[in-house]
Amino acid sequence: MTLLSDLPQIKGVKNIPLQEGYTSGHRTCQGCESALVMRLMIKAAGPRSIVVGSTGCMYVANTTYYSTPWVVPWMHTQLGSSGSAATGTAAALRSMMRKGKMKDEPINVIAFCGDGGGADMGLSAISAALQHDEYNLLILMYDNESYANTDIQVSGSSPWGANSTFSPPGTKHRIMNNRWKKNTAPMLATGHPNCRYIATACGSYGLDFTNKIRRALTIGGPTFIHSIDPCPKGWDYDPKYSHELGMLAVETGLWVQYEIMDGEVILNGPSRVIAKGIRKRKPVSEYLKRQGRFAHLTDEDIEYFQSKVDESWEKWWLPGVVPFRPQEEE
Amino acid sequence: MTTALAEQFAVAKEELISGSEAIAIACALADVDVITAYPIRPYDTVMQYVSKLKADGILDCEFIVAESEHSQFEIVKHASAVGARTFCGSSGVGWFYAFEAITVTAGLRLPVVAMVGNRALDDPGAFGVEHNDALAVRDLGWMLYWVATAQEALDIALMAWRIAEDSGVFLPFAISCDGSFLTHSQAIVNVPTHDQVQKFLPAYDRGKLQLHPDNPITIAPQVNEDWLMEIRMQTDQAMRGSVGVIKKVHEEFRTTFGRGDPSPFIEEYMMEDAEIVLVGMGTLSLPVRVALRRMREAGKKVGFLRVKYFRPFPADEIRQVLSECKAVGVIDRDYSYGSPSFGGVLFHEMRSTLYPLERRPHVLNFIAGLGGREVLVKDVDHIVDIIQQAVDTGTVDQETTWIGVRE
Repeated sequence: MTLLSDLPQIKGVKNIPLQEGYTSGHRTCQGCESALVMRLMIKAAGPRSIVVGSTGCMYVANTTYYSTPWVVPWMHTQLGSSGSAATGTAAALRSMMRKGKMKDEPINVIAFCGDGGGADMGLSAISAALQHDEYNLLILMYDNESYANTDIQVSGSSPWGANSTFSPPGTKHRIMNNRWKKNTAPMLATGHPNCRYIATACGSYGLDFTNKIRRALTIGGPTFIHSIDPCPKGWDYDPKYSHELGMLAVETGLWVQYEIMDGEVILNGPSRVIAKGIRKRKPVSEYLKRQGRFAHLTDEDIEYFQSKVDESWEKWWLPGVVPFRPQEEE
Repeated sequence: MTTALAEQFAVAKEELISGSEAIAIACALADVDVITAYPIRPYDTVMQYVSKLKADGILDCEFIVAESEHSQFEIVKHASAVGARTFCGSSGVGWFYAFEAITVTAGLRLPVVAMVGNRALDDPGAFGVEHNDALAVRDLGWMLYWVATAQEALDIALMAWRIAEDSGVFLPFAISCDGSFLTHSQAIVNVPTHDQVQKFLPAYDRGKLQLHPDNPITIAPQVNEDWLMEIRMQTDQAMRGSVGVIKKVHEEFRTTFGRGDPSPFIEEYMMEDAEIVLVGMGTLSLPVRVALRRMREAGKKVGFLRVKYFRPFPADEIRQVLSECKAVGVIDRDYSYGSPSFGGVLFHEMRSTLYPLERRPHVLNFIAGLGGREVLVKDVDHIVDIIQQAVDTGTVDQETTWIGVRE
């Protein structure tokens, strides 16, 4: 296996590297959490990295000819190709280093995709990438819960009931998105037992986020991180509340922060505190009512939403993570 | 240090192998770094040989069995951007499943070499040869070559990396091999030594376009209307420039290995004083040659022109060769529904090529051998009879004729 980077865990937010790998030159929206995710990701990984990004906001809004924000080598890949792009990049490095065609040194390979590119179109390629134990790579799925680059269309990762340009509330059908959000990280963890590291993350918890990137890049083999990224345009709220909405997603128990490392699940931060019963989950209405995409929801809709979140904490085998349980013996 | 590869190919030898195996051997000789596979008949035979060469330690590469053709082509695309020599391939609808990746590979100027085992585009289910699969890339910036023998498959594969990886070209190269007739049929092939190939084929150097932390470039940002036309024109210049590179590499190949036609682009057969010329691609040339030999014995002035490069299309050479003949019969193993003459793809390219000639020959089109149906010597006789009638009467009653179709 090719060499792994020496990226120690960061102790304290003041020790997050000052060096930037993602700088000015992009055109992301005000309050874009995905831009923060990119910035934190490459701060954690450092300059000896190759980043590949599939089509989506973080391609179109970021990289315009002559004004790239990327200080590290960066390449576009197709919408459904983050898994293949990471595999191809890592395979080339491995082959050329082994054969002496390139200096043998640790180089981080990171491919990112949005929820459309990852949870929908690119799922099979990500699955294939996670089967190749011999390649060190990280796939980062930044989830803003819609196809946000093409005018906010519903994806398989959009929350139930959310208003989007493909799921607008109408006079006959109030709820046009009847799908429950895909449980992507556990699906990948369950399906790829050899994969050593899969985590969820949120840019509102910066230190936790950067350390997860570092663990993913140093554990060896293919890894996957799924981050929840509040999107002012798609979720319809004032851009200044992005950070707060990320925290609310976690505090209401709608989003669960965890790492699945070598077969063990470790809940992080507020999710851990909630699971231990130290703190109660906030009602989901506090989260939903802050966003225009849920403005058409009735009290009954919000109750249904709350009941589904309750179920994920009370009925699931592993709260918020594993949506099934052993059959109870009679 | 002697590698298993150098040992395996220490002396030149003759082997009885298929076109697919010939290309797999070329992969080993070329020291390809990343190869991706996905099963579909008939191209996948090449990957069966590649995987065995890897398993036996002769070929040192990353051999990745992808989960789809799309991923197969995306993986080599990205490996090529990092500077790795790559190979992949597909057939029929598999090639189409990868089409998004195939499109951007040319746009990104990445010298991926692919084998297309030509196959009908089912449904309805059919895995015999038809050329429509590979022809679909004709407008995208891929170089496109049609092979007639297993020897030619090995030879063009070695030249393909050399041409594609020329920094003035940097375009992907597709080697088209007729399904079954070439992918599966065995013939005697001269296999060169590792030493010879090393001298002929230098390492792939991506230069200042290599994606590496020492060269932190951004590849494929959004250009939109600001820059797209300039970039399209650069790709056009590269394709135009490939003509000279192809000629140079072909000449060097002939000097190094002592074989090959005089022209890299076309093969002429019994063309001297030919009044009627048949034109076609791939293994079709075999029954045509047999029929022509018999016709020549009977005193008929008939020749055959095999088009090897479909992209870049050798218009100048074809015009020179066909400027004196009376009639041209283009045999297409493909079809273009609704095209100007309701004919084949090669036919329309040929007619467009011949249009500027001062004295234009009659150009007739024959659709034959679709879905792998065999083209027989009697079919060729029938084709020449129809052309002869046009020559005798001075008129073409029917531009396109389907050959060997049940009523």
